[in-house]
Amino acid sequence: MQSSNGHPRGGEGGPESPDENHERIAPDHAGAPTVLPYDDPWYDELASGWGESDAGRLPAGSVPQARQEREDGARAMADVYLEVQRSAAFQEVRSRYRRFVVPAVAAFFAWYVAYVVTATTAPGFMAQPVAGAVNVAMLAGLGQFLTTFLLTWAYARHARLRRDRAALELRWDTQELTRGLGGGRS
Amino acid sequence: MTGDHQTLALLLFSVVIAVTLGITTWVSRNRHGSAEEFYAGGRLFSPMENGFAIAGDYMSAASFLGISGLIALFGYDGLLYSVGFLVAWLLVLFLVAELVRNCGRFTLADVVAARMKERPVRIASGTSSVTVSVLYLVAQMVGAGSLVALLLGRTGAAAQAWTVIGVGALMVIYVSLGGMRATTWIQIVKAVLLLGGTVVLTVLVLMRFHGDFDQLLLTAAERSGHGSAFLAPGLKYGGDWTARLDFISLGLALVLGTAGLPHILSRFYTVPTARAARRSVVWSIGLIGGFYLMTIVLGFGAAAIVGPEAVRTSNAAGNTAVPLLALDLGGGTDSTWGTVLFAIVAAIAFATILAVVAGITLASSASVAHDLYASLRRRRAEPYSEVAVARTAAVGIGALAIGLGLLARDLNVAFLVGLAFAVAASANLPVLLYSLFWRGFTTRGAVWAVYGGLVPALALVVLSPVVSGSPESLFPDVDFQYFPLQNPGLVSIPLGFVAGWLGTVTSAEPPDEAKHAEIEVRSLTGAGAV
Repeated sequence: MQSSNGHPRGGEGGPESPDENHERIAPDHAGAPTVLPYDDPWYDELASGWGESDAGRLPAGSVPQARQEREDGARAMADVYLEVQRSAAFQEVRSRYRRFVVPAVAAFFAWYVAYVVTATTAPGFMAQPVAGAVNVAMLAGLGQFLTTFLLTWAYARHARLRRDRAALELRWDTQELTRGLGGGRS
Repeated sequence: MTGDHQTLALLLFSVVIAVTLGITTWVSRNRHGSAEEFYAGGRLFSPMENGFAIAGDYMSAASFLGISGLIALFGYDGLLYSVGFLVAWLLVLFLVAELVRNCGRFTLADVVAARMKERPVRIASGTSSVTVSVLYLVAQMVGAGSLVALLLGRTGAAAQAWTVIGVGALMVIYVSLGGMRATTWIQIVKAVLLLGGTVVLTVLVLMRFHGDFDQLLLTAAERSGHGSAFLAPGLKYGGDWTARLDFISLGLALVLGTAGLPHILSRFYTVPTARAARRSVVWSIGLIGGFYLMTIVLGFGAAAIVGPEAVRTSNAAGNTAVPLLALDLGGGTDSTWGTVLFAIVAAIAFATILAVVAGITLASSASVAHDLYASLRRRRAEPYSEVAVARTAAVGIGALAIGLGLLARDLNVAFLVGLAFAVAASANLPVLLYSLFWRGFTTRGAVWAVYGGLVPALALVVLSPVVSGSPESLFPDVDFQYFPLQNPGLVSIPLGFVAGWLGTVTSAEPPDEAKHAEIEVRSLTGAGAV
């Protein structure tokens, strides 16, 4: 597991701490078989050889006991994801993502629609000369290119500095918790 | 055009075919035939490689020749197109690339099916993905036919038909033998060729005007005969309100459609992590943005150097503006360099078409095998291997595209591309965004969102002036035109979103909180990503 490097792990010590959760759930299911096939596309990644040997996917539920264990595993898995979703660390990652993305999408979409609508409904305004052969339309068009590059750079920087590390830690934490539950992801 | 051009161009075409077939053989020399390898190329491409491949998938011959041709003929209105094609990538970068990489395995339907009842949503998204791919494929095939015939100076119907058949056969070979790995390398080679050629031509144009962009614009405006109106919007889409609304509809489809194109979505699965997916989109935005900026120079350069009249004489849609420009920049019709540059540009355009059709064929065969076949086959039947089905599907889709490409030979390529984008934005985007971001979304909502966008989009096209009721339409003799716009996006995209919402609020089944938690956690953290 990666070290936390000072990002706010708000869940620590709280009732929803992933680590506590791990203690609570894992012992019950640690021994569950790990190679059972699932209908859900996420769960069959380790059902080895899918592709050339799809026959490896036995008809699910042919053994009643296996089905029972599978359902237990799925329920435990669902609990893990609900716990992680409610944890403060995840809420922080999600709100950082949304705080950047929602205004950015609104801004570029409004700017683009305004550009297209103006170009089609007010060509006279767009034709006003600014300097030499360059007019408002040309500036607005090149402005669209420029804002696209700037927003791309800003998003990549924001994600790298503000989100990546916390997301990676949550990924390992979550995978720790789900190990041995159903999918056999390890 | 003289025989020299054609001989050299044919020679270079053969080199392109030989190199791409060589790549296919080389990368498939030790394949294992796993689905991971066939659909996703083993997921081990670097962000830079994937960025080039995405750019290669996206920059079709329609943009290289079509947009610069539109600029050469109509000035600023051609530029409006390229802005839409580029800005669309912000939506992909912000809302789609990383989350889809984290949640899915091979196709769009994977993301939706992860939250919903698998069978109905897989059938729905699989159907819409195949529809979008086939439309886009037909556009490229039609473009290939007319383009190659034009570049070789053979405008006869037979040459066009054989080109469509040849391109179709080649793409089936690349895809069914080489899978994603061969397709990706072909895209990369093609992107490098295309960007290299564009850079050379741009530098030559700017050198002609001593680096003075202002002078270039003034000369273009003067030679166009429209004066300063050439540098402002309105020459092509200015007309009545129907034409203006049509352009707004197209603009909406372009900016929202990219995020729903199956062959773009499947590219994010070829890199190992969401972070790599993000970095590949950043690469591709840089490459695509630079490319469209250069096509602006080439378009105005063609207007200034070749002149719109000469361009229009060669091809009414302007598709030959760039090859003519290359001929002129090299020194004219009878010079060696002019011949060489012309042949190189023609070969690059040919490579572009081959690469783009290969990417789309792969994505649609993945949808057929991974979504439709897996859901529709009889439960008791002995399952064929999914990859074998996908290889067969590639052959079937190739045959379908050849057939439709021959039928739709006379349709406008730009219109077909705009239509594919409109269908992608109406049928694929709403279900994708709802699945990723809406807590209360249900299976019924997902199915309604897909069909609620797909059916109106296709129906409105059938009722549009493209199909009937005007001299240029597909069936000029009958008139069942009830919808005035050529592009359905303005109506069908909102309908897709409304249908998804309506299906969700009317469904009896409560939304699955746990599945939503799972998709949210997975999409943002990458936990358990394949």
